[in-house]
Amino acid sequence: MNPLISVSNIEKRFGEASALRGISFDVEVSELTVIIGPSGCGKSTLLRCLNGLELFDSGRVRIGDVTLELDASGHGRNLNASLRQLREEVGMVFQSFNLFPHLTVLENAVLAPVTVRKIDRKTAEERASDFLKKVGLRDRMNYYPSQLSGGQQQRAAIARALTMSPKVMLYDEPTSALDPGLVGEVLSIMRQLDDEGMTQVVVTHEMNFARDVADKVLVLADGELIEAGPPELIFSDPRDPRTRNFLQRYL
Amino acid sequence: MKKIRSALDSLQLLFPALSLLIFLQAVVSAQQVRPDLRWGGDAEGGAPYLMPDPQNPRQIIGFEIDLMEALAGRMGRRSVFVQNQWDGLIPGLQRGNYDLAVNGLEITPDRREQVAFSIPYYACGEQLSVRVEEKSISRLADLKGKVVGTLKYSLAQRILEREGGMEIRSYENQNNAYDDLAIGRLSAVLMDWPIAVYYSQPNPKLKFTGPSIEYMEYGIAVRKDDAELLRQVNQGLTELINSGDLRRIYEKWGIWNGETEKIFSMPGAAPGASPQRSEALERFASTITKQLTWNERLRRYAGYLRLMLVQGAPMTLLISVLGMALAIALGLLLALTNLYAPQPFAWLARAYVELFRGTPLLIQLYLIFYGLPNIGIKLSPLVAAIIGLGLNYAAYEAENYRAGIQAIPRGQMEAALSLGMTRGQSLRHVIVPQAMRLVIPPVTNDFIALFKDSSIVSVITMVELTKVYGQLASTYYDYIGAGLIAAAIYFLMGLPFVRLARWAETRMATSH
Repeated sequence: MNPLISVSNIEKRFGEASALRGISFDVEVSELTVIIGPSGCGKSTLLRCLNGLELFDSGRVRIGDVTLELDASGHGRNLNASLRQLREEVGMVFQSFNLFPHLTVLENAVLAPVTVRKIDRKTAEERASDFLKKVGLRDRMNYYPSQLSGGQQQRAAIARALTMSPKVMLYDEPTSALDPGLVGEVLSIMRQLDDEGMTQVVVTHEMNFARDVADKVLVLADGELIEAGPPELIFSDPRDPRTRNFLQRYL
Repeated sequence: MKKIRSALDSLQLLFPALSLLIFLQAVVSAQQVRPDLRWGGDAEGGAPYLMPDPQNPRQIIGFEIDLMEALAGRMGRRSVFVQNQWDGLIPGLQRGNYDLAVNGLEITPDRREQVAFSIPYYACGEQLSVRVEEKSISRLADLKGKVVGTLKYSLAQRILEREGGMEIRSYENQNNAYDDLAIGRLSAVLMDWPIAVYYSQPNPKLKFTGPSIEYMEYGIAVRKDDAELLRQVNQGLTELINSGDLRRIYEKWGIWNGETEKIFSMPGAAPGASPQRSEALERFASTITKQLTWNERLRRYAGYLRLMLVQGAPMTLLISVLGMALAIALGLLLALTNLYAPQPFAWLARAYVELFRGTPLLIQLYLIFYGLPNIGIKLSPLVAAIIGLGLNYAAYEAENYRAGIQAIPRGQMEAALSLGMTRGQSLRHVIVPQAMRLVIPPVTNDFIALFKDSSIVSVITMVELTKVYGQLASTYYDYIGAGLIAAAIYFLMGLPFVRLARWAETRMATSH
């Protein structure tokens, strides 16, 4: 069976600086992949390339049936159409939540199904409230984001992404903006989704989470994928000195 | 595709505003019935030509009203007066707002290049006025080194310029010039003799000095291609002159003089005949010189208030609200085009903003109203006023929106795109609603500014609050009382919008 995500040879430059240097990896269905590495190593950029928020200069990303391929000049065929298809397959959760502040939690979760999937509002609201209940926000649905704690906002953002029934969920440092006491509630949702078979790719500094839950860990340094493997291997027997160096500071 | 769709979203906002304009245009054109004898003049010009009746300011009176009633009677048509700013009388004629222009228009070679003139219906010279105690001034040569007032664009102004050696102050309005003379800001004032008879002579602090200077003839202006109408007008005037009707009109108004007698071919009259007593003149003089009791003053102010509220304020409100609606819709379209459209369009949106922000509103209005008819687009004054203000303020609103949109964190657009929304959907549902809240204070600011700027549309013949104020002030010679009342009405009309904006702002703020 084909992997659900297949990344081949992605290159990305910001002006003179090289951010990603020929990165390739696969993600199987239902896997939870964690990307780690020192700040500025390119892990957020890599994640953002997976749903086209960042356009890579060359290489290929395939998720399910949708392929995003860019040649050396940065042009792709039917770029806008592929981006839209890609984003409909992929949910994204951000470090700063990015909930829509002018809408209630429920409206946040209803907007995309209604405007993109053209689901009627009533059905969309029923589905959205199911997801909000699932992340423990049953009694916060009609609150505005500013009335919620950081942990609640991030859970609402996860529910919002789930309403689009994505095949893959991407997380860009989902707990970095949270008080330490609120980190657990977000991680436990991700754990629960993993148990239900959701394919997830997570950029994080939560090494315990990576060790306990990840199926695969990718280590990035200086825009290169320096190591990849199951967490037991990466955490107990890192081969690259840069990995060892990095892990020492976090463990 | 995305970009097109976001542009379409904005067009949906613009569309109701446009259709309303087209509807108004249709209503206005439907009202134009042809067979009346439509003639243009400026009732703010004042006595004895055209002015609101002090007894009943909704009625325009003056010797030119009587003249045109008599002339239209001779021609078997109904006389219809069309209010038009004096400076714009000839453009308004060429534009077809009316078929004749009659308001102390002196027959000059420059004007003859643009329009045809009837035979003269009145003749007079210019009259010097000074303070009663002044002894050293009796002719033009005595004005050397002095400060002298006159009316803008008048023959008197050209005479003073030709004479030279003095400081010339040009006024919009005769009252202000004579007031400044009375309080000593000016040493003398030179104006058409009938104006001097009405505004200088009744003032006990002022006196006429010297004989009337130079000579001019007033004619009725007709479009050059309107030869048949010109022929009929000339025939009617000749009949009125021969029957003595015209002389009786001038005597009624106290402005019959030797110059006019001469052009009416009645030999033997000396020029500069002293004015005769006339009831109309005395009534006018008593209005502007009389000391009012408090009761009378209050009653007069109540009259101003009623007229301003009935004639001026609703028009000001209509123009401002519709103009702003257009500005807001078009401004949003411009801001979105500037920020998100592909190159030539974004560039055009920026060029629009720079062009409309960087050129005077007054000139834009002139071009829309008087210029567009040259390429076949003839807008009614109301529609031209709304479009002119709307197009101008759209440039400012576009910049407000651009600032508001750019102030929304980038993560908002990223989150919307990540949910599979198109750029247009993201703008419409996520970015613009948030930007709207941010721009409420600057947009309210602009609305209040537009509200007051709307007074400028009187140059394209709209009668709104400031124009009504001007007419009342010149009729009653009362700039302070009428001015305070007009200012209070502007202030009070603006307040509800300020409160509305506050309310919207706090209501939207609770969601943050």
